[in-house]
Amino acid sequence: MQTRMDSPEYRIPLFQQWVQQLHLDFPLLAGLFILSLSGLFVLYSASGEDIVAVQKQATRFAFGFIIMLFLAQLTPQTLRRWSPPLFIIGIILLILVILVGVEVKGAQRWLNLYFFRFQPSELMKLVAPMALAWYLADAALPPRPFKLLVSMILLAIPVVLIAIEPDLGTALLISSAGIFVLFLAGLRWRLIGGAGILLTILAWPIWQYMLRDYQKARVMTFLNPENDPLGAGYHIIQSKIAIGSGGLFGKGWLNGTQSQLDFLPERHTDFIFAVFSEEFGMIGAIMLLLLYLFLITRGLYIAAQAQDTFSRLLGGSISLTFLVYVFVNIGMVSGLLPVVGVPLPLISYGGTSIVTLLAGFGILMSIHTHRKMLSP
Amino acid sequence: MRREKLKDHFSETRLFTSRAIFSLFFILTLLALLVTRLVFLQIIDNEHYTTLSNDNRLKLLPIGPSRGLIYDRNGIVLAENLAAYRLEIIPEQVDDMDALLLQLDTLINIRKQDLKQFKKLLKHRQGFDNIPLRFRLNDTEVAKISAIQHRLPGVHIAASLNRHYPLADTFAHVLGYVGRKDVNDLKRLDPTNYISTSHIGKTGIEKQYEAELHGYVGYQQVETNAQGRLIRVLEQTPPVSGKDIHLTIDATLQAIAKSALGKHNGSIVAIDPRNGEVLSMISNPGFDPNLFVNGIGYKAYKALRKNDSQPLYNRSLLGRYPPGSTIKPFMGLAGLKYGITNPHHEVFCPGYFIIPFGENRKFRDWKKTGHGSVNLDDSITQSCDVYFYELALNLSIDRINPFLKTFGFGSKTGIDMPSENSGLLPSRAWKRKYRRQPWFPGETLNTGIGQGFLLTTPLQLATATAIFANKGRPVKPHLVINKNESYNKSDIDPLLAQVQPHHWNYMFKAMKHVIHSARGTARRIASKNYIMAGKTGTSQVFGIKQEEEYDEEKVAFKLRDHALFIAFAPIKNPRIAVAVIAENGGSGGKVAAPIAAKIINYYMAKNP
Repeated sequence: MQTRMDSPEYRIPLFQQWVQQLHLDFPLLAGLFILSLSGLFVLYSASGEDIVAVQKQATRFAFGFIIMLFLAQLTPQTLRRWSPPLFIIGIILLILVILVGVEVKGAQRWLNLYFFRFQPSELMKLVAPMALAWYLADAALPPRPFKLLVSMILLAIPVVLIAIEPDLGTALLISSAGIFVLFLAGLRWRLIGGAGILLTILAWPIWQYMLRDYQKARVMTFLNPENDPLGAGYHIIQSKIAIGSGGLFGKGWLNGTQSQLDFLPERHTDFIFAVFSEEFGMIGAIMLLLLYLFLITRGLYIAAQAQDTFSRLLGGSISLTFLVYVFVNIGMVSGLLPVVGVPLPLISYGGTSIVTLLAGFGILMSIHTHRKMLSP
Repeated sequence: MRREKLKDHFSETRLFTSRAIFSLFFILTLLALLVTRLVFLQIIDNEHYTTLSNDNRLKLLPIGPSRGLIYDRNGIVLAENLAAYRLEIIPEQVDDMDALLLQLDTLINIRKQDLKQFKKLLKHRQGFDNIPLRFRLNDTEVAKISAIQHRLPGVHIAASLNRHYPLADTFAHVLGYVGRKDVNDLKRLDPTNYISTSHIGKTGIEKQYEAELHGYVGYQQVETNAQGRLIRVLEQTPPVSGKDIHLTIDATLQAIAKSALGKHNGSIVAIDPRNGEVLSMISNPGFDPNLFVNGIGYKAYKALRKNDSQPLYNRSLLGRYPPGSTIKPFMGLAGLKYGITNPHHEVFCPGYFIIPFGENRKFRDWKKTGHGSVNLDDSITQSCDVYFYELALNLSIDRINPFLKTFGFGSKTGIDMPSENSGLLPSRAWKRKYRRQPWFPGETLNTGIGQGFLLTTPLQLATATAIFANKGRPVKPHLVINKNESYNKSDIDPLLAQVQPHHWNYMFKAMKHVIHSARGTARRIASKNYIMAGKTGTSQVFGIKQEEEYDEEKVAFKLRDHALFIAFAPIKNPRIAVAVIAENGGSGGKVAAPIAAKIINYYMAKNP
């Protein structure tokens, strides 16, 4: 190895050498770097030129990148071994949240760990697909009905625990992460179709008995925001105005009137995409979507290149869950979907999702950089 | 033992790859959906959302125009806009509100109720709003605050313009007043032009010329944030101030008229017969219109309403009075015109008149002993009633009515004021319609001496006098000088055109004798400097029954006769025509004539 790398024809630039030694994937790293940097720029505008908020967010990115770097060093085998215990710990923490959690804005999502507050549901976003991948990777694929049933139950436990906090957004993300694992594991199309029909049938009872009033209100508002222009509909109306008035080229950085003049609520957190597309227009928004597309397809490619089932399932699920973030957030901000608390990945202000997302990419990097070279 | 299918690495890879490829399509579909959504919002509906976005942030702030001033004919200010100062505080610019309020209290007096109101507003308004603390600062207070204002961040002195009438009650009825606009005003006003106007003309000239005085609103286009805070001014259209108005009234003459009328309730109207300009118009008692500008208190308003003299009532235009003997020159002229009488015709006045072949009812002369044998000139000079009873009877109401109509009796003069009364000129048709009774000859007699149904407003009486002074040329009284419009260009009424010049001259001479002869009822007011023509009148407030005596001393003040006087001067080419009514004044010659003389003396001296 040493001699080959030293030879002139195999000389690699120093930076790339570092990247390899640190088990990083350069395309992913570059994409994440551009994304987080543009995120900071938009945040500066969305927060009303609040440099402190930008610094805080940058600190979170730094922390997230460290976690990513750490996870990239672990081998997929290690991750696989740790999956069951982490899953059990996650479930225990979720139960603790319900028992002794801290309530913020009507939802009990946080555990107070004295030195910092922690959302166990965020941990679950990675641990749930890990556990499912671990469980399904043992046996041959596609999974047999019994395995499928157990997987569904394994998935349902955290989803239900999170849904009753209530945190619909995270429950949605975790269930999609789990469903992606099952889908990639070869879940039969017949079953997928059947589940779809079942869900349609169950939609009414779910609406009637499982959704909280504010969640129902959000759906109603989504269906007709003009009904409640000053209440719940205000968010959607204002964010549509922001996006729509951005036009093709946007109003320019720091020049979005909807955001700069306070018309847009939650503009530095969940609705930051409205600021982005108001100020950078459709050109900017499409470039952002292309960047996301690149990260997702790169993740999917890494999963496809993986050498074991666990890595493939986990990697694919992480990549597709990233898509769900993007689609649900932008869909909600642009009025395609009801308002669900899902941040715009790596752009929205807020700590935990950044760390979780970057941790996911750390896992992808680990999968990609720990492949055994079968052929030189 | 569980049977596990052996893991087939190759088929699993193939399965995953096919699922991954499907996922790729899934990814592309969802992202394409988002792009489609963006195309709809940002390209197709871009214009719509841009409009909405601008509606959000851009606001038009109206700037009210300043109201036009009102002057008298000589340029004396009658209605002006005075700056009123108020102290305002912007809470968010103040570090320690309590300390500031204490400091301000040592500088100027802040009443407890001011403070209470301020604290109430403080809770409800935004921090960047101007919140008023004190209204109507006087000059000393303004000076005290201004001197140290740089050390009081957040404290401002704001000026606003308040309508003020410096001559107060002298012009109360002519000018009227402005008041805060109310719901009824909103219905008839242009909401755009009046958006930032707080006061509008409620009565008088202020109401009549509202459109000219108001001007046009200006606008400031500003950018505001979601809380309504002004970010910057983008565009500005300055308001157009209201036009100034010059009245035909002479303020000095008005003041003289007011003081001449003194404590009498009543009215004076003076008109220039040459052009219809109203030189003076008084309704007594007046009131202070300044009280109404910023809302009159309930107590003060109630006091004005309950006052028996009805100060708010514009007698000049709305008061209906029997003209009494002042109608006689008109009747006399009618008699000459229709050939009912002539300068040589004499009537014996025994102090009463009985309708020939009628019921045996005595129509009294004011002079119980009678005037003896009198001709038309004597009857005007001494105001003999019996002569005019006979004259009226021979004329009949069917000729009296159209003849008096030509002088404007019974119809509105069309003066430029919001409301006037048309008085009442009776006729057979009128009586049939409103009283459902036939016309009785006795009623013609009463009309002949200006009593009975006949009612006139002081303005009508002055206008009729002016037309008389013009020898029939019509007069349209007006209060605002309008250089563009020419008055008195309309033709003489055909009926009056038939009046012979010597008839006019005879009546003028008779009216001259009222003042300038030894037996004239107004001989006391004769001036050496010019010749005046006039007629006194004393009109009954209530009817005296047959066989009853009218005793001034016994009758309650409210029931005493009204004193009237009409006059014009000089007798050649008259320049002023005046009507004076002093309610319950008693005698026209003793009370009303001297009042008119003061006005005419001043006017003749000033306009020789």
